[in-house]
Amino acid sequence: MKKTVISVEDVVTGFGETVVHDHISLSVKEGEIYGLLGFSGSGKSTLLKEMIMLLQPQSGNIQVLSNDVLNISSSEAFELKKRFGVLFQSGALFSSLNVAENIGIALKEYTDLPQDLINVIVKARINMVGLPEHAGILYPSELSGGMIKRVALARALSMDPEILFLDEPTSGLDPVGAEEFEQLIVGLRDLLGFTVVMVTHDLDLIMNIVDRFSVLFDHKVIAEGNFDEVIGLDHPVINKFFKGARGTMRLSK
Amino acid sequence: MATGLKNSTDRAVILVESKDDLYLLKCKGKWTLKHIANVVSGIKRISQRIPAHSKVSWDISAVEEFDSAGIILLQHYVKEFESHFKQVDIVGASSRQQKTLTLFQQEEKEPDLIADKDNMLSALLQKAGANILSGFRDIIQFITFIGEITVALFHSVLHPSSIRFKAIIKNIEEAGVNALPIVAVTAFLIGIVVSYQASVQLEKLGANIFIVEMIAISITRELAPLIIAIVVAGRSGASYTAQIGVMKITEEVSAMKTMSFDPMRFLVLPRIVALMIAMPLLIFFADIVGIAAGMMIADTQMNISYTEFILRLQTVLDSRHVWIGIIKAPFFALLIATVGCFRGFQVSYNSESIGRYTTISVVNAIFLVIACDAVFSIILTELGI
Repeated sequence: MKKTVISVEDVVTGFGETVVHDHISLSVKEGEIYGLLGFSGSGKSTLLKEMIMLLQPQSGNIQVLSNDVLNISSSEAFELKKRFGVLFQSGALFSSLNVAENIGIALKEYTDLPQDLINVIVKARINMVGLPEHAGILYPSELSGGMIKRVALARALSMDPEILFLDEPTSGLDPVGAEEFEQLIVGLRDLLGFTVVMVTHDLDLIMNIVDRFSVLFDHKVIAEGNFDEVIGLDHPVINKFFKGARGTMRLSK
Repeated sequence: MATGLKNSTDRAVILVESKDDLYLLKCKGKWTLKHIANVVSGIKRISQRIPAHSKVSWDISAVEEFDSAGIILLQHYVKEFESHFKQVDIVGASSRQQKTLTLFQQEEKEPDLIADKDNMLSALLQKAGANILSGFRDIIQFITFIGEITVALFHSVLHPSSIRFKAIIKNIEEAGVNALPIVAVTAFLIGIVVSYQASVQLEKLGANIFIVEMIAISITRELAPLIIAIVVAGRSGASYTAQIGVMKITEEVSAMKTMSFDPMRFLVLPRIVALMIAMPLLIFFADIVGIAAGMMIADTQMNISYTEFILRLQTVLDSRHVWIGIIKAPFFALLIATVGCFRGFQVSYNSESIGRYTTISVVNAIFLVIACDAVFSIILTELGI
């Protein structure tokens, strides 16, 4: 039985009068690629932000790497944040820094490595995510959408995290770019052994690379498990999701 | 009786035929968005002419072309007629038209395109209440923000190695060095305006030489600090709000938080510190330029030579006037930078709010600067300095 790295129990979230999460629970196991699937506005990004301590739910319990992130001291949070990396939907690269500085900034801040060794690591990271060598000196505004995602991935991995959080990793990429990015994530996971948690509504991602996932609908988790388990459930929303025109087309492939 | 309202085929046409109490409205032509407008007034006239309690039947079999707007309008008039007349129906619809008619019929509950109009008073009260509430919320958020800055400040004092000197230097260049041209021009113009106004009045009294006191004291003590603060609020304050606002929209702020880069220490403190260093220097620079401009006017308009001016300047301009102007600078800078950053973090996830908060930021900053200057005036006057 694999270790649980993230467990979400009984989480309730709301903004004002709108309910986002109504007592939801799920768990992520070590080394797997876990997907949070749901329609737009189903609260999956909110849940991700709660895991990475950007938002606080009203009640419930969220454990990340055996830390209770809802009651965490600032020094523990500081240490925990070094153990995970986040890739935001739009990349969220620091626009005043170039690619190399973006990838190297955490190393510069949190390690005592001299700049020339940081440069060595950064160069290797640039290669690792499949960017051309000269990309290091470019600024985020000079990059294409696909390159931004790759730089953001390299930055998220710069501290060798145990968990990688991805918010809509393939949004804004063309189908070819999305597939390459998928393969990159799987390849790096196999190589480096981190756990991946991703928010997505991309069915390709769910079918191609996700090990286990949960489906959020109507403020609740309506299903959790691997692909066959979830699709085996006879739930109207799951049917709609996977057996609608776009879903069927992919299933038949 | 048959009444033709319009005859050309390239428009929407309606013909009325009556038989006892049955009125047949024959629709013809093109009932499309482009042509429908010319039938509207006709329909109104027809509805007034038909006696109430008659039966009305819309015959649309002869319509050449219908688009959805035409069908929606037809439906609208049918509904309107229903409230006036005994019986209203549509005949001669093709199956496709019938389908479209049913589609739009389902929208029985009219979606509110215009928000509920309450009566004026309650709407006014509601708006006032909402504004007061959001004002209170702003104040609470601002106090929280100041608290966060203070925590970050203490952290920096305790861990001097974590101070972002590079960011501070960069911000000094941005807010100080790059502002020199505009500050020079503004201070020069202020010097000219003040000395021109003074020269006219002083010449009447034959007290030409007092122009030196007039310019030197007013500029160093009040005008340079205030005018430069307003320029800086419009320049740096606005850019702080916009920069941080954009960083929030692009999730850079979130990314910083997840990497344990406290935005207060990385974004806010360097900006505040940089502006507090740059502003006194800018004001001193403005003092010099402003007095020089006054000196030029004194020379050309009042025949006071540069030497004469400078000699008198040395005796009348107490250093305390200059110091008072310069001491105000860090306070103004603190207000401008804090408000600028605070409003930046309030930007929500749409680009419209950047413009709104940037405007609010500048207006707030200028107001606070003037209020702060008033407080200084009162205190200094009471102290007799």
